Amino acid sequence: MKTCLKQALVTTVLIMLGTAPAWSADNSIIVQSTTSTANSGLYDYLLPMVRKDTGITINVVAVGTGQAIKNAQNCDGDVLLVHAKSAEQKFVGEGYGVARHDVMYNDFVFVGPPADPAGIAGGKSALAALKRIAGNKSKFMSRADNSGTHKKEMALWKQAATDPTQGSGSWYLETGSGMGATLNAAVGSGAYTMTDRATWISFKNKQDYRIQVEGDDLLFNQYGIIMVNPDKCSQVRRDAAQAFIDWVLSKKGQAAIAAYQLDGLQLFFPNAN
Amino acid sequence: MQDFSAAFGLAFSLIIGADADLIEIIALSLRVSISAVLLSGLIGFPLGALIAVTRFPGRQVAAVLLNALMGLPPVVVGLLVYMAISRAGPLGWMNLLYSPAAMIIAQTILVTPIIAALTRQVVEDMHKEYDEQFRSLCIAPHRVIAALIWDSRYSLLTVTLAGFGRAIAEVGAVIIVGGNIDHLTRVMTTAIALETSKGDLALALALGIILLILALSVNAAVYGLRSSARRLAYA
Repeated sequence: MKTCLKQALVTTVLIMLGTAPAWSADNSIIVQSTTSTANSGLYDYLLPMVRKDTGITINVVAVGTGQAIKNAQNCDGDVLLVHAKSAEQKFVGEGYGVARHDVMYNDFVFVGPPADPAGIAGGKSALAALKRIAGNKSKFMSRADNSGTHKKEMALWKQAATDPTQGSGSWYLETGSGMGATLNAAVGSGAYTMTDRATWISFKNKQDYRIQVEGDDLLFNQYGIIMVNPDKCSQVRRDAAQAFIDWVLSKKGQAAIAAYQLDGLQLFFPNAN
Repeated sequence: MQDFSAAFGLAFSLIIGADADLIEIIALSLRVSISAVLLSGLIGFPLGALIAVTRFPGRQVAAVLLNALMGLPPVVVGLLVYMAISRAGPLGWMNLLYSPAAMIIAQTILVTPIIAALTRQVVEDMHKEYDEQFRSLCIAPHRVIAALIWDSRYSLLTVTLAGFGRAIAEVGAVIIVGGNIDHLTRVMTTAIALETSKGDLALALALGIILLILALSVNAAVYGLRSSARRLAYA
C-alpha cells in the first residue's frame, strides 16, 4: 500500500513538473484579445509570421473586451488588443497601459432572418433599424457581456433614444455570451443581432441569415493595441511586448493584416499611423 | 439536420488522419485530467476514509459538506483559482495562470470532494462489517484506514472513474484558468466550446464524439486492468 502511494505521488509530481507555466518559456508573451480577432483566424495567420521575424511566441487569450481589460488590469497579460476605444483610453489614462495605437478597423453589421419581421433589410441607418426593431418588438439578441460589441450596441441604443432593457426577457434577449454563442442563439431563435463583420464572415452556422443593415458610419469598429504598463506589472516582458507591437504597426505587419482574406473578403483594414 | 452525419464522418476522418493538433489536444486533456484525478485520490481516499472511521464532533457536518461539494460549479472553481493565481492575486508570484498546472489545480479542487465523499461512503459500509474485529484486535486507526482502503480498492477504482469523468468533461474551470491558448492550454472541452462559438457545429460535435470515445477507452482500460488483477488475486 505504501509503495503504491509513493508511486502515485512520484508520478503526479513528475507529471506536474512536465507542465511548464506559460510565462517561464523565454520570449513568449500573453496577448489579451477579443473573440472576433481570434475566431476569424487572424492570429493563426499572423502569429507564425511574428514568430519568424521576431522569434517571439504569442499566446492569445480570446475573451470579450471587458474581460480582456479586467485581466490586463490584474497584470495577467503583456499586451492588450481590443476594440472599445473609450475603455482603452481609460485603461491608459489610469496608468494600466503605456500607450494606445490604432491597429485596424472593420465595421459592425446587423444580421437577421430572411422573413425580416421589423423590415430593416437594405437600410443604411443603424439607428432607424434599432427603432424599428424596438417599435415592432422583434426579437433582438444582445451580447450583454460588457464586450466591445456590447458597448457599441448600448451606445447606439442611447443615440436612438430607446431603452431596450424594458423589453428584456420578452423581445430583447441578453445572452451574456460571446459573439459566436450569441449568433448561434439568434440564428436558432429567429432573432436579429449586431455582429462585427469579421466574426460574421468566418461564422459557419449562418443558415439562411444574411446581413440586413451595413455601411452606416456609426457602425465603425476600431481596434487598438496597448502594452500593459511594466511599472505597474513588473512581470510584463517589455522588450518582447514592444517588439510585437512594433511588428503589428510596421509596414509589413499592416500589409499582412490587409492581405488576410476569408472567402475572398478582406476582414480587417489596417490604419496604424 | 445534416450536421449529425457530417459530425460522425468528420470524427472518423480526424481519428484516421491522426491530426497532429488533435493529438496534442487529446494528450493535454489526458495529462491534465489524469494528474488531477491522481492528486485528488491522494487527498480524497485518506480524507474520506478518515471521516468514515474516526469519531469526532462535527463528523456528520463534514460528511454532508463533502457530499454538497460534489456539486461545486466548475465555473466558480475556475473563478476562485483565477483570483488566487492571477498576477494580482495572493499566489500571483508563482506564475501559474494560463498553464496546464493551473488547470490541474482547478480540476483537483473539483474532483477531490467527489472522491472523498464517495470514499467515505464505501469505507463506512465496509467499516461496519469489520469494526468489532478491528477493535478486538486493537489495531491502530491508521492501519485500519489503510486496510479498509486496500480492501475497497475495486469500489474505489469506480470512484476514481467518477472523478475522472467529471474532470475530463468540465469546461468552465479550465477555460478561465487555462485561457484556451492554442498549443499551450487547449483541451478537448475548450476546443469544443471554441468551435461552437465559431458556428462550426459539425466539427464541435465531431470533437465531442472523440471525447466520448476517449472516456470509453479509459474506462475500458481500467475495467480490463481490474479484471486481470482480480484473476491474479484469486488464481
